[in-house]
Amino acid sequence: MCCWRRRGYRGLLGACLSLALFVVPAQAQDMAAERQAMVREVAAMAHVVGGGAIEPRVLDALNRVPRHEFVPALLRPFAYDNRPLPIGHGQTISQPYIVAAMTDLLKVGTGETALEIGTGSGYQAAVLAELGVRVFSIEIVEPLAQEAAARLKRLGYAGVATRVGDGYHGWPERAPFDAIVVTAAASHVPPPLVRQLKPGGRMVIPVGSQFLTQQLMVVEKHADGTLTTRQVMPVRFVPLTGGHQ
Amino acid sequence: MNCRPPLAAVALLSGASLAYEVLLLRLFAIVQWHHFAYLAISVALLGIGAAGTFVTLARRRLVAAFPSSFAAAAAAFALTAVACFAAAERIPFNALELAWNPGEFLGLAAIYLLLLIPFFCAATALCIAYAACGTQVARLYAADVTGAGLGSLALLVMLLALQPADALRAILGCGLLAAAAAAWPAARRMALLLALCGLAFSWLLPTAALQLVPSDYKDLPQALRAKGAHVVAQRSSPLGTVTAVANPLAPLRHAPGLSLNAQALPPEQIGLFIDGQAAGAISRFDGELSAHAHLAELTSALPYRLLERPRVLVLGAGAGGDVLQALLHGARRVDAVELDAQLAALVQEDLAAFSGRPYDLPGVRLHVAEARGFVAASRDGYDLIQVALLDAFGSSAAGLGALSESHLYTVEALGAYLDRLAPDGLLAVTRWAVLPPRDALRLFASAVAALERRGATPAGQSLLMIRSWSTATLLVKNGRFSRSEIEAARAFSRSHAFDMAWFPGIAAEDANVFNVLQRDDFFLGTQALLGSDREKFVADYKFDLTPTSDDRPYFFHFFKWRTLPEFLELRAHGALPPLDWGYPVLVLALLQAMAVSAVLILLPLALGGTRHAFRAAPPELRRRVPAYFLALGLGFMAIEIPFLQRFTLFLAHPVYAAAVVLAAFLVFAGLGARHAAGVSPGVRWPFVAVATLATLYAFALPPLLAAAMALPLAAKILLTILLIAPLAFFLGLPFPLGLAVVAARAEPLLPWAWGINGFASVIAVLLAALLSIHWGQTAVVLIAVCLYVLAAWQFPRERRE
Repeated sequence: MCCWRRRGYRGLLGACLSLALFVVPAQAQDMAAERQAMVREVAAMAHVVGGGAIEPRVLDALNRVPRHEFVPALLRPFAYDNRPLPIGHGQTISQPYIVAAMTDLLKVGTGETALEIGTGSGYQAAVLAELGVRVFSIEIVEPLAQEAAARLKRLGYAGVATRVGDGYHGWPERAPFDAIVVTAAASHVPPPLVRQLKPGGRMVIPVGSQFLTQQLMVVEKHADGTLTTRQVMPVRFVPLTGGHQ
Repeated sequence: MNCRPPLAAVALLSGASLAYEVLLLRLFAIVQWHHFAYLAISVALLGIGAAGTFVTLARRRLVAAFPSSFAAAAAAFALTAVACFAAAERIPFNALELAWNPGEFLGLAAIYLLLLIPFFCAATALCIAYAACGTQVARLYAADVTGAGLGSLALLVMLLALQPADALRAILGCGLLAAAAAAWPAARRMALLLALCGLAFSWLLPTAALQLVPSDYKDLPQALRAKGAHVVAQRSSPLGTVTAVANPLAPLRHAPGLSLNAQALPPEQIGLFIDGQAAGAISRFDGELSAHAHLAELTSALPYRLLERPRVLVLGAGAGGDVLQALLHGARRVDAVELDAQLAALVQEDLAAFSGRPYDLPGVRLHVAEARGFVAASRDGYDLIQVALLDAFGSSAAGLGALSESHLYTVEALGAYLDRLAPDGLLAVTRWAVLPPRDALRLFASAVAALERRGATPAGQSLLMIRSWSTATLLVKNGRFSRSEIEAARAFSRSHAFDMAWFPGIAAEDANVFNVLQRDDFFLGTQALLGSDREKFVADYKFDLTPTSDDRPYFFHFFKWRTLPEFLELRAHGALPPLDWGYPVLVLALLQAMAVSAVLILLPLALGGTRHAFRAAPPELRRRVPAYFLALGLGFMAIEIPFLQRFTLFLAHPVYAAAVVLAAFLVFAGLGARHAAGVSPGVRWPFVAVATLATLYAFALPPLLAAAMALPLAAKILLTILLIAPLAFFLGLPFPLGLAVVAARAEPLLPWAWGINGFASVIAVLLAALLSIHWGQTAVVLIAVCLYVLAAWQFPRERRE
């Protein structure tokens, strides 16, 4: 029985492998086509819902990251849908449009450094890395952090350093940063993160439920060290109609 | 058919099924969200009406097998009550993903079906009893209603002593005991076996079977996933389950509205969760107030910049953060009011070593009481009344509270707080600065209304509002703000990077400086709410900003239908902007309930035996039976629910109110039903009595209860019972009177009539909530009065010959 099982198992494996030889390249091509469609949808959505145009280089970065590698196997068919997806551990991979809008708001470029609080699947870090940004990413949920680290390594994102821990205190050894992304809003902006932001730097925090198109808060540290925030609505939803508008 | 009605069994089963209904609301509030619980259970309750349909169709067999059929259905209820809940909560379903993933509706449908089964079984048993003992309807209904009243009371007592899931054991036991009681006259051995099983099963049921499996996306499971997080204390009561979570590796830090310029960090904290949702934090306190310096850098610290050594009243003291903030600023005295005794005990006893027992500090007094009741009974004067930020940001932003009443922010409430202020005292209320602005602006509008009602005009002179990116704090002064106070507030805001939303004399350049919005709707809104075109502004705004009143206390209901097309259009383009979910969910539940009810009410008329029985019934009766029982089912609930809400405010405690009001309503209705046995059918006086009393109460009760608000609790409970008793007594009469006529003239239609009443009750609960959101509770009572008039007109008698 045991032998039969082993043989059956091997046979199945062999069949899968031979199938994969033909299927995988086709699948990769399909995925690339889906990814392009997703990027087109994101770009179009920015115009329609009123969030403002997204820089082409950000869209290019989105087009290079294999998003299907960042979602659970069962949800791969939906990887390029423009919606948030659950990734286990009570976490989500954000809607591609929100990732694009956040990346756009960070205004970072090649050679700059970014701190990410909440690695999640690692997708946002990968998008930043595609822009030539050196990313330092912290995740508090250990299994998520390990999975993301392994994934980023496997996909060759050497520019992303990850660690498990409390994001509240940032990554002082690597501070200051040109940009900081906090993937989930807390009741306040942690003062240590504010301190680790370079003058002229920006911090972006999505506010609202992970299953909604969140509003984005940008904290700007000006050259003189003063701080302001700016609330950016990625979806135009003016609360007044009629004469008040 | 003459039979010995199984009164004890009916009472036990009715009590167990009502307790199960209330318990499911608690359990689903823990594993999912409150509004979802509403949705699932309203559909599940349709099982009651469906049982009416089933018994109508299978009446002969079921009645012939009575009382065994009753016992079998009761036992099935007991077993499925536990099994179906356990299965339902394990179904992979994410309510938050419904709008993205249509596949989630399958999970939702499966949950509906599973929860429907136990209600269907219990109602089948009860309906069989009515069908089998048609001549004893009055006694049966009396047992049914009294049992339900006592069941609701028993559950509340259980929830004080047990974890909510453990109450399922008692329901399992009661269901099997009901089966045993019914089986006893016919099969004593079987009855003994059932009784033994009832005791054994409820005792031996493994804890794992009752394990609650909360959604992964609730705050508590999220917090527990973090490395190092663990539960350090937990307490449970009917108000909710409070869980305290510590994490030495990554301590939680809760400081809503902390300035971007803050230098001080919050100290180590233990997170608090009520029913799995974030509800603040306990800070480590070792007697050194300077370790809490960050409390001076929140928007809620503003009033302390304008007052010298104030006497402070904190409403919703929770974990004690606002008390420490008051002491940090040199408050002379702090009265802290907290509704939840378990929460207070957690802070003062279980975690005393960590919390430093903040309520025992010199000058601090803790009052375990409801805020409105405390304020009404208090004769003290305060320099500052601080209404704490009680709910979590997430639930505020998602509009999850839309269906629940809040008597904390009504115009009457703000007026009562202002009455307790010393001259020049301040009322401070902090809310989340949700975008687009909703609660902060509604609060502002309510404060304007409260000031105008007191003749404090122009209201703008007594108001001041600031905001950070996350919170907004409104100050209402018992007097007018002076120039120096305004300057102090502006200086405080500037130094903390907060923005001014309103102060007397504000100009556009004073607003939107530090936390920049594309359009500063806080500033524009406060301007408009104080201006001459206030009404137009409120009408044009896409969220409902009308001030709330004690008659319409839905502070968190902001939804306007007008917003829906825009929302749907954005959704079509791939966006899902925040919408207040509670209200659309209520409408959805109502539509589902109406559709299912219509199908199941009409179904028996299309099928075999019932169709013939229906045709054989006198024509007058065919029309009158559905009209009468529909009107009664709708009317009873439409009276009970608004009065429950009124008395909740009066008794100043949601749990005592629910217990006293439900039990009084059902027990006195039971007495009325017993009395019905001696009343000749077709009399009109019970309807006249209901209509007269309900109308009288609709108008006289609010002022009467407001005047009696300061009485001691025992006197208030007594007054409540005295007021409810006559109304409930008369409410208990019409149902058995009508059912007795049906039993006598068209017996096969009895279960059908019973089922119609069941469907109508479910619809009425949803409809009453919806209508009182729009028109207020008084209007709902008046609609119920009309329904009783309709019922009197449509009483199922035959045409006089």
